[in-house]
Amino acid sequence: MKILVAIKQVPERDAQIRVAADGRSIEEGDAAWVINEPDAYALEEALQLKEREGAGEVVILCAGPERAASTIREALAKGADRAIHIITPEEGADSLAARDTLSVATLLANAAKAESPDLILTGLQSDDLGAGQTGVVMAELLGVPHATLILKVERNADGLRVKRELEDGWYQHVEMPLPALLTIQSGGNRLRYATLMGIKKAKSKETRAFEAGAVGSPVTEIVKVYPPERVKRTEMLTGSADEIAAQIVEKLKFEVKVL
Amino acid sequence: MSGVLVVMEQKFGSGWNRMSFEALAAGQKLAADLGTTCSAAVIGSADGVAPLAAELAGNKLGTVWAVGDPLLAQYTADAWCAALQQLISEATPEYVVFPHTYQVRDFAPALATRLKQVLISDVTAIHDGPVFVRQWMQGKLNADYRHGGEGLCLVSVQAGTFRADAVEAGSAEVRVFAPKIDAAQVRTTPGEPFREAAQTVDLTVAPVIVSVGRGIGEQDNLGIVEELAQALGAELAASRPICDNGWLPMERQVGSSGQTVAPKLYLAVGISGAIQHLVGMKGAKTVIAINKDPDAPIFEIADIGVVGDLFEIVPALTRAIKG
Repeated sequence: MKILVAIKQVPERDAQIRVAADGRSIEEGDAAWVINEPDAYALEEALQLKEREGAGEVVILCAGPERAASTIREALAKGADRAIHIITPEEGADSLAARDTLSVATLLANAAKAESPDLILTGLQSDDLGAGQTGVVMAELLGVPHATLILKVERNADGLRVKRELEDGWYQHVEMPLPALLTIQSGGNRLRYATLMGIKKAKSKETRAFEAGAVGSPVTEIVKVYPPERVKRTEMLTGSADEIAAQIVEKLKFEVKVL
Repeated sequence: MSGVLVVMEQKFGSGWNRMSFEALAAGQKLAADLGTTCSAAVIGSADGVAPLAAELAGNKLGTVWAVGDPLLAQYTADAWCAALQQLISEATPEYVVFPHTYQVRDFAPALATRLKQVLISDVTAIHDGPVFVRQWMQGKLNADYRHGGEGLCLVSVQAGTFRADAVEAGSAEVRVFAPKIDAAQVRTTPGEPFREAAQTVDLTVAPVIVSVGRGIGEQDNLGIVEELAQALGAELAASRPICDNGWLPMERQVGSSGQTVAPKLYLAVGISGAIQHLVGMKGAKTVIAINKDPDAPIFEIADIGVVGDLFEIVPALTRAIKG
């Protein structure tokens, strides 16, 4: 089975995020960049599927600027076989951040089409923009069935049987033929680390890089980006750890009344 | 092309998903702001939707569309997209509003693509324009979105953004709509919803909850939070990543994929406050948050906040409680 895994490079979770001078994007220079965590789970699922079948190929698909190469390398070190990097400009209308979901999914779908994969996996959403749509839009563009929020993937006679997460602790199995696209929920597997051997091997693995085509007119546009206003007045406590603890205990006793 | 259409959702075929009424309130407000009419659609088997449509007709709406077909008895993305595409071409709305549920996440992006549009998903506010506010960076930033170009605008609203009890009562005309769906169009076969092994922890009744997130770093560090929970007589809960890692069982998870809680006190330790977590706990009476990141979104909703090292503050707090 040929499995394509679409991944995105996003700012690290703890990164201090500032709004860029254009007021419509984030200041990229500030951030450390890592793989989008749900995409890491998609990669893990793909690697385990290949291992269970004992054959097949896992191909990384990533759209992003040059810096995304480090995240691609890491995915190869974890065990992916090769990669496709659609290089987008650092800034301007054709940059990844300025494109809307349809534009990004079109880039990915066009590259995926040329590969004719049996299965495409990606994370259910990105940790940066959180639209949670790219996978589903790709499936629609490619004309393949899809399912979202998937925790477990099994082969059956006709294609796949997957475990889908519903709300409030409910689940459901869904069956579908191949080729198909799944968006993976985190927590279905334990993530692996790259081994030293993996890192060494990754150096000889192929990454095909090419520049992204120009963007059409976007459907949705970003007017401005800004830190949220505090809706609630938070009383911030300061002092040494013991002073803070004493203040909290005071509040637990006399205000919250749980002590 | 005019008006607002709200797409309602049922809970596994019986009764409403309550977020539908939040979307309905959003739709009514958007329609009022635009000086247009709000309508609603309910989707399912013809028998199933009839009583729901009749119930909806008691609200201030133009039309209630009862969209029925045997292939809509159980949710599939393909059948939903086919039915809604046809309904949209019949009803010609300018805006379509969805609750941002897991089901909507599954089909609405595909429906939007079919209509050559992009869904503006997980909206937390609607301002004049209309401008739709979404969260970026797990809630660290807000981004204002506008629908550009031609055609209809599709929006999904986040849980808790609009109040279900703000839905205006009134009356509406019910129209039956029978889409043409071919069984061959439906490529996936859904199974019945199920739960894993019976839950033994009911966080929803706990008066005091100590909840732990990513900031705890590793499993071996959980002890300090367990001791704090014990000292407080609290239930121990967690955000999703902790349960994903297997450090605590899934049943202790608070958030959209876990339990929704409303305790007297929710003490969040090392939880940054991603939306998916906040929707599960923002009903708490008092929220105390301890986090090293002053920009963590948890401070947006905390009553009492401490910016600092949880590894110092949590043990100090446990000692202070024990006296």
